[in-house]
Amino acid sequence: MNTQIRPAPVRRSIFVKVPPDRAFDVFTNGIGQWWPKTHKIGPADLDRPIIEPREGGRWYERDVDGSECEIGKVAAWDPPARVVLIWQLTPEFTYDPNLITEVEVLFTPEGDGTRVDLEHRDLERMGDKADAMRETVSGPGGWPALLQLFADEAAK
Amino acid sequence: MANTARLISALADPTRRAVLEKLKDGPRPVGEIAQGLPVTRPAVSQHLKVLKEAGLVSDRSVGTRRIYYIDPKGLGAMRAWLDQFWGAALDSFKLAAEAEAEKFKKKDGE
Repeated sequence: MNTQIRPAPVRRSIFVKVPPDRAFDVFTNGIGQWWPKTHKIGPADLDRPIIEPREGGRWYERDVDGSECEIGKVAAWDPPARVVLIWQLTPEFTYDPNLITEVEVLFTPEGDGTRVDLEHRDLERMGDKADAMRETVSGPGGWPALLQLFADEAAK
Repeated sequence: MANTARLISALADPTRRAVLEKLKDGPRPVGEIAQGLPVTRPAVSQHLKVLKEAGLVSDRSVGTRRIYYIDPKGLGAMRAWLDQFWGAALDSFKLAAEAEAEKFKKKDGE
């Protein structure tokens, strides 16, 4: 059977009052300035995530103790119009080299700024990984904790 | 929250995904769902129960029969946190990008 039940991709757009090249630069090279510090993989405090500026580059986090944890990879690097990242984190923020989901970000000139369109797709693959996740996902620090963080964030 | 854990473990089973796929084209009674699947009808009922508890499938009575259908809200729960995550992340990105721009403007003005 080649039809599959799949969740719709997550799609988010935002308008920023800067030109596409600057928006692209802040999104990629400046990811440390805006990535939520609470969303980290390693046990140490997050220094910043890093996106290597090339196709095939690493996407990883550096922690304050100098350790590094993989987040994913760079699948396409087309400044200032487009970047495609491979997100390899399970829903509880652990790295899984076998999990491939895509995050495509488009930077389109609009008026006096840039429209940023983000699409996170292939989410059904997270469902395929759910078996291994089942044990930890409802424990402390798992999905419920993450959801609480979002709720706190949203309430600010 | 516990519902989310149930959701993803429900989706991890290939037979349960096959059961879900059977419901893709519309509501069906258990007998029709079991047709063509390599498991017994009681097993299908058991899978439907798990899918129902996970919020992926709902059922209703039609006469003496019970009809199962995909609960459109169930699959959405799985992606809800990512939706929220990217929403918050992009808001934060906008602040960072525009703060940068302000800095440059000030420098240019000096």
